[in-house]
Amino acid sequence: MGFEGKVPQGDLATKWVNYRGSMPLVAPNNKRRLDVIVVGTGLAGAAAAATLGELGYNVKCFTFHDSPRRAHSIAAQGGINAAKNYQNDGDSVYRLFYDTVKGGDYRSREANVHRLAEVSVEIIDQAVAQGVPFAREYGGLLANRSFGGVQVSRTFYARGQTGQQLLIGAYQALSRQISRGSVKMYNRHEMLDLVKIDGKARGIIARNLLTGELERHAAHCVILATGGYGNVFYLSTNAMGSNVSAGWRVVKRGAYFANPCYTQIHPTCIPQSGEYQSKLTLMSESLRNDGRVWVPKTKEDAIAIREGKKTGLDIPEEARDYYLERRYPAFGNLVPRDVASRAAKIACDEGNGIVPTGKGVFLDFSSAVQRYGKSQAFSKGLKNPDAKTITELGTKVVEEKYGNLFEMYEKITGENPYVMPMKIYPAVHYTMGGLWVDYHLETNIPGLFCLGEANFSDHGANRLGASALMQGLADGYFVIPYTVGTFLSKEIRTPKFDPDGPEFMQAEADVSNRLQNLLDIQGNQSVESFHRRLGKIMWEYCGMARNEEGLIKARKMIRELREEFYKDVFIPGTQEEFNSELEKAARVADFLELGELFAVDALDRKESCGGHFREEYQTEEGEARRRDDEYAYVAAWEWTDTDQDPTLHKEELEFKDIELKTRSYK
Amino acid sequence: MSDMNLTLKVWRQKNNQSKGSLETYKILASEHMSFLEMLDVLNEQLIQEKKEPLAFEHDCREWICGACSMVINGQPHGPQRGTTTCQLHMRQFKDGDTIVVEPFRAKAFPVIKDLVVDRSAFDRIIQSGGFISVNTGQAVDGNSIPIDKDTASAAFDAATCIGCGACVAACPNASAMLFTSAKVSHLNQLPQGKLEAKQRVLNMVSQMDEEGFGLCSNVTACEAECPKEISVENIARMNREYIGASLTSDKFV
Ligand SMILES: Cc1cc2nc3c(=O)[nH]c(=O)nc-3n(C[C@H](O)[C@H](O)[C@H](O)COP(=O)(O)OP(=O)(O)OC[C@H]3O[C@@H](n4cnc5c(N)ncnc54)[C@H](O)[C@@H]3O)c2cc1C
Ligand code: SF4
Ligand code: FES
Repeated sequence: MGFEGKVPQGDLATKWVNYRGSMPLVAPNNKRRLDVIVVGTGLAGAAAAATLGELGYNVKCFTFHDSPRRAHSIAAQGGINAAKNYQNDGDSVYRLFYDTVKGGDYRSREANVHRLAEVSVEIIDQAVAQGVPFAREYGGLLANRSFGGVQVSRTFYARGQTGQQLLIGAYQALSRQISRGSVKMYNRHEMLDLVKIDGKARGIIARNLLTGELERHAAHCVILATGGYGNVFYLSTNAMGSNVSAGWRVVKRGAYFANPCYTQIHPTCIPQSGEYQSKLTLMSESLRNDGRVWVPKTKEDAIAIREGKKTGLDIPEEARDYYLERRYPAFGNLVPRDVASRAAKIACDEGNGIVPTGKGVFLDFSSAVQRYGKSQAFSKGLKNPDAKTITELGTKVVEEKYGNLFEMYEKITGENPYVMPMKIYPAVHYTMGGLWVDYHLETNIPGLFCLGEANFSDHGANRLGASALMQGLADGYFVIPYTVGTFLSKEIRTPKFDPDGPEFMQAEADVSNRLQNLLDIQGNQSVESFHRRLGKIMWEYCGMARNEEGLIKARKMIRELREEFYKDVFIPGTQEEFNSELEKAARVADFLELGELFAVDALDRKESCGGHFREEYQTEEGEARRRDDEYAYVAAWEWTDTDQDPTLHKEELEFKDIELKTRSYK
Repeated sequence: MSDMNLTLKVWRQKNNQSKGSLETYKILASEHMSFLEMLDVLNEQLIQEKKEPLAFEHDCREWICGACSMVINGQPHGPQRGTTTCQLHMRQFKDGDTIVVEPFRAKAFPVIKDLVVDRSAFDRIIQSGGFISVNTGQAVDGNSIPIDKDTASAAFDAATCIGCGACVAACPNASAMLFTSAKVSHLNQLPQGKLEAKQRVLNMVSQMDEEGFGLCSNVTACEAECPKEISVENIARMNREYIGASLTSDKFV
């Protein structure tokens, strides 16, 4: 069965402008009577709640965090893209649109991406007005850098803390609305179910995490901005609390989940050091501008390093394999994330990894130090500087550029990266899949919207660096305030919903029973241990390279693990109190179902594209082989029952403005 | 990998009403673990014994979200300078050490459970004026407000505050001056923030007092324990702005 994204007619370049100009409006006096629930206070949720509050809607906003400011968005480092063309280097809305569609390996919806590129410019203006301290040039104007291998400088940044500064901007805008009473904020409240009345989304059940009490909240529509699901892999760069439950709960109420298998694995993270590891830490992509990736050419050297008998410094230049430069001479160390990650996996699978677990490669700055050192010496007019001076001068430059990252690396690993080459390995970082939404960011459940990383919409099979912050803020500040109006304009005569009505009471009872069932298991294994085991299955079979046999196996293993979980998990305490183990258990239970759908989706997609690499579908040179004739669709899954196969709905993607090409970085 | 045997004395408190106490646990850790990973191991151990695990806050484990919050051997976020608890690693300790772990203590941060405290007072301080009043869509082009690099950089230094509350926990008066002044300095230094500067400082200081934070007596322990090394110069700047605003403001709030 095919279905559509409700993209408005007309030219790609004018669709959004026309839509905004012709959509039905809600009068201010009516806005006051309409209630909107926003779940999530990351970039997408905080921006949406603040803006809808400004517009005059009655907003209730929820987060499981103790403060809206702690959302996972806070951790983003590198930057945010916008087609400002301040650098006069040929950037444009079209080019950003084109790069995003291409970078996503032609698996996203053209019209959504074009709109994203259009509003990107407004985001920067908005953030500046809020006081976000972006990096500046000496002349006082905004600075840009190039990021993620694109050919223009369109990335705005705030040192290595862009996400923090943008989130604080949105948090402050939200705080202003809270103080005016237009947004009522519910911290430490976790949404555990969606309430539907006559098929439309009309409220949520939330658990007050302090008291354990279940609360029923009604509204005219519900907006989810609940982030990504990378933690289905247990180890990822996501914050510990990031989870899929809000999204998964609405799937259980009939929403479709799109492209779950599209996962971004980031090439530069600190490798795992032991079993106790709780999360992985990203080292910004910007490091690849100056760092060279390598492993020893011989296994003997690699083994010696793993056993601590040699270090990277003992391996002479000619015994090193700079494998990215070798395989991709045109792009070298700057190939896109998916390509760099897979290449690291291959190097380690061949036995040349350089950390005790075998899963790590070097990221080496010594060439950069020499290059910068020489150029500094030259500009300082030093004649015949000695090696020590060059190294000192060069180290200074590297420190200026990456100081805080190097510091963080040293804190975590205890090794000084100015001396020893850094050790890195790919890690799960971002999920392109998510709830299926149409052009209005509305799911297939009327009145239920989804924004930010939680939806599937704009990045296709692979996201470009610095584009997630852009999308979250675009959705929240500039898209949903319009598109939600299209829905709400038809609801102005709908009276407020009674949170004591039968649908609410039933949903609350469902949640309470579900939590009690988990508590009643009283088995012997911790929630964490199940999550860790799920993560291992996912990483092994649904990670950087997938194949049919492995995916079938993974699906079976996940089902077995799920059964074991429902027999043997141990959760102390009760429902009626602050209970972190119970919170985690409910989230892991949902991951145990999502994980299966992930494998099903990866099995269905018999092609390689972006973050999804199927070993059966590669070129002779080992590169991804896309199959546009058969797979240029969005896979939107309907999950009916845990014992049945999910149903696939295909949204065929049409590319009217872009010619489909094979990505090549050779 | 070198293992370490440790004795932990950890604050356990069932809820806001009950009285808490230090409990002693023995634990085997590795020097490569982060402090929170060591506590994860403790919790796994407790769960195996069917006991209640220790409640503590954490999320990013990357020194940026400000969730983690505990006093380790008398110091908020532990012994390493410029570090949050989540970035503290066990190699900062020795085999055989005894480590005392307590919650951030302040009247304005009531204990919720074990090491978890309520820091919502910080949110209310921001709500009282820690923003620039601009609605979405009202902004002018970003480059029409040039800001010199030094000003931008000074505002940035203040804006890096993660709202963790270590400054309050470190202060003998449990004052929130460092936190509040960091926000005032971030916004009031920027041209966009100047219009509301006076009202902002008056409102935020008044909210801070209302929340029950103590007065500042220039101990500067806040700066020493702040994981983002926010400078006490911000406090001096805020004091100047506050006096100036009190003298010239015609509004009383
Ligand atoms: C280390 C790191 C670095 C990154 N760097 C960059 C970068 O440089 N540039 C870039 O563009 N992108 C970057 N990204 C990606 C980007 O940060 C995220 O994709 C983006 O911030 C997600 O924002 P969001 O608003 O969708 O969700 P989040 O920020 O994850 O917010 C989710 C919100 O939902 C709430 N929530 C979730 N479930 C519930 C529930 N059931 N009930 C109540 N509340 C709930 C949470 O409390 C939270 O408030 C990075 C990601 C990581 C991990
Ligand atoms: S000023 Fe420092 S110690 Fe205080 S809340 Fe901010 S980051 Fe934490
Ligand atoms: S857990 Fe986020 S700063 Fe420590």
